[in-house]
Amino acid sequence: MKAFADLYAALDETTKTNEKIAAMSGYFRSAPPEDIAWAVHFLIGRRPKRLIATRDLVTWAIEEAKIPEWLFGESYQAVGDLAETIALLLPPARATSSRPLHEWVEERLLPMREWDDGARRESMIAAWREMSDRQRFAWNKLITGEFRVGVSQNLVVRALAEASGVDANVLAHRLMGEWQPTADFATQILAKTTEDADVSRPYPFCLAYPLEGTVEELGQVAEWQIEWKWDGIRSQLIRRQWRTFLWSRGEELITDRFPELAAAGALLPEGTVLDGEVLPWKDGAPLPFTQMQRRIGRKELGPKILAEVPVVLVAFDLLEQAGQDVREKPLEWRRAELERIVAATGPESHLIASPLVAEASWEELKRRREEARSRGVEGFMLKRRGSPYRVGRRRGDWWKWKINPYSVDAVLIYAQPGSGRRASLFTDYTFGVWDQGELVPFAKAYSGLTDDEIRQVDGFVRNNTLEKFGPVRRLKPELVFELAFEAIQRSSRHRSGIAVRFPRIARWRTDKKAQDADTIETVRALLPRE
Amino acid sequence: MDNLLERLPDGLYCAAGGFYIDPWNPVERAVITHAHADHLRPGTKRYLSTRAGETLLRARVGTEAQIEAVGYGEPTHMGGVNVSLHPAGHILGSAQIRMEYRGEIWVVSGDYKLAPDPTCVPFEPVRCHTFVTESTFGLPIFRWPETEETRAEINAWWRANQNAGKASVLFAYPLGKAQRVLASIDSTIGPIYTHGAVEQFNRLYREAGHMLPATHYARSAPPKTDWARALILAPPMAKTSPWLKRFGDFSTGLASGWMRIRGTRRRQSIDRGFVISDHADWPGLLAAIRSSSAERVWVTHGYRAQLAHWLEENGLDAHAIDAQYEGERGDAELSAGEAEP
Repeated sequence: MKAFADLYAALDETTKTNEKIAAMSGYFRSAPPEDIAWAVHFLIGRRPKRLIATRDLVTWAIEEAKIPEWLFGESYQAVGDLAETIALLLPPARATSSRPLHEWVEERLLPMREWDDGARRESMIAAWREMSDRQRFAWNKLITGEFRVGVSQNLVVRALAEASGVDANVLAHRLMGEWQPTADFATQILAKTTEDADVSRPYPFCLAYPLEGTVEELGQVAEWQIEWKWDGIRSQLIRRQWRTFLWSRGEELITDRFPELAAAGALLPEGTVLDGEVLPWKDGAPLPFTQMQRRIGRKELGPKILAEVPVVLVAFDLLEQAGQDVREKPLEWRRAELERIVAATGPESHLIASPLVAEASWEELKRRREEARSRGVEGFMLKRRGSPYRVGRRRGDWWKWKINPYSVDAVLIYAQPGSGRRASLFTDYTFGVWDQGELVPFAKAYSGLTDDEIRQVDGFVRNNTLEKFGPVRRLKPELVFELAFEAIQRSSRHRSGIAVRFPRIARWRTDKKAQDADTIETVRALLPRE
Repeated sequence: MDNLLERLPDGLYCAAGGFYIDPWNPVERAVITHAHADHLRPGTKRYLSTRAGETLLRARVGTEAQIEAVGYGEPTHMGGVNVSLHPAGHILGSAQIRMEYRGEIWVVSGDYKLAPDPTCVPFEPVRCHTFVTESTFGLPIFRWPETEETRAEINAWWRANQNAGKASVLFAYPLGKAQRVLASIDSTIGPIYTHGAVEQFNRLYREAGHMLPATHYARSAPPKTDWARALILAPPMAKTSPWLKRFGDFSTGLASGWMRIRGTRRRQSIDRGFVISDHADWPGLLAAIRSSSAERVWVTHGYRAQLAHWLEENGLDAHAIDAQYEGERGDAELSAGEAEP
């Protein structure tokens, strides 16, 4: 636990990628495999089910720290992180634990599930008393399941590659899918052999970068394969050993949620992996994503919802064919095989090959892009002909060329402090638009301002609060911001009657006064026609 | 009886004595706890300060200002009030103001700390009926590590940077904190350079008889100086200044009580935070209040509502007072006021 707590502190202390990788590879070189397995598990963001209710954890910390509950609340407000608040409030540490990480996890963390509250309490308090400040903090992070330390899976893979000498792509693949953090697993992932057996394991997804410059900078249009960019659930459909698996990009096995696709898998030849987007689809076109959310929200999928919101997999790539990894084959080859495989499943299979868009020039393509909104897509995907299927987010071969977002000028009306590194600043904002002389809340946004602007807005909030409701401040309506968002829908759950997707602050309109902000009518005009 | 002090638009005012304490606007007569900009504004007709703090005061308010200086503990009379100044342990010359009037004793502690500091006289508990305390770090999450521990961390960071061929740029309040760090750091590790804002106060500390390790003004360093071995002390506001470019490859550190919280450290995008403050931590605040044996406490700048509430729950008559002092700011850029020449 000491080495792991030190690793956590080292990762937390630096923002530099190379230093993070060095800290992790140092740990992977020296830690025993049973600890490495758990460390990888936590570092890539997997976590045990929450084993202790926050309420209990706070109660025990308060007892141990001997402070009143309200003072804990004030402290938490200032720190913004539960695990850290508790570590800072516990009485000064007098010990350091020399037990290894896997012992803490396997003997003290996971068994909590079986214990009653009294035993959990006793174990937690004993743990705090055995640990140093750093260890307490890392331990609390494991307990609260908020183990984020600014490393991506990609960085963990690079550190493992550095420590083991195994190719990073092989490692990335080995970390996909379902695995148990055991010493055996750690030994397997770091093994030099490349025999990988797990039938359900998906490939790392190839991710696109947003296009920054102009399309003309990409060269000739003919060098690119062009598809619509669908707004669904990015997934891999896997058929191996006569079994079907559907994995989301968040590495969740979602086969059970989409019985249509579980059935479609059976129509695929043995040893096939397709990459695509799961979309709600009816009459040859996608349904709004809000329909999908209706379906995702349900535990039981009755015949009614299945009939109302059927799904398809719009497949755009082929990663495995006849049991062979074909990711290194050129794009055109994979595309041709994909079309052949999808066609063979028949028209009722719920599998569609993502249609290609063929235009002779960028100019014509730009005109076609105007259709995006009416087609219910986000723009285009541009994929370089001849390119392999790469691991993770890489610049150069895949670009997303989205249509310009919607934008609305809205007034800042509520603010509350952020969490984590933004806990002592007001960074979470609610914006309103005018409705018959009143400002109605219309969207929340957290990102888009520079640190400097955040500080200015923070100062404004502190000096222009009209009312406080807990952490929320109602503000003098004065600051105007341009908000951008990707889609807009009617919603009965919002006071404005409108829900927007991915709202963020595009810029601070210091040139506008509150009365110049948009009205709800202007916003409603953006709604798709019913 | 009436309060000996009242909070007026210009600051805390003692009517019986006809003076303000650390007023935030120019007034006729002011007693000053210490020379940080939020406690000392220029333009007042007559100042009273400690002898130890006089030079710092003068550097801030100008040579023309009328300053009367007294030794620690030396009684003086203002109106019908007996006034004396006692060590606050905050920075050089910092004082608590003790006022006695018709048997009633008030103490305004200004900013203070209980932790050891070789550059100033340690905090001295003064018994009183009413104690006016700051609350910059008035939450139990603020608990300072031993000064020795932080000192060792800074030394180790400097050495590690040297080994990696990087300069070490340490941001610290130019008045007080910078000299405290200087006085306790291992100066045999390498050369120490300073930003002008730090150097001007180093000079004043040396004039006041404090032995500080040798420092070099960075701007006058010859071309091709080997910065990689050096520690550079700079005010926090220099963090975004092009002045930093000359040091090439460097690691940054910030010495502040706020570094106790990860969020405040990460937001600054600095490499290392060192938890060291010239303000009292939570145990320090409680110890100081207890040792004053005051029954009534006024709590100013910081987490004043929280500290006052806690004191009330523990049987004291406590009030949160809205005073315009800043304490130690959480954001490096915002402490620019401390860096004026």
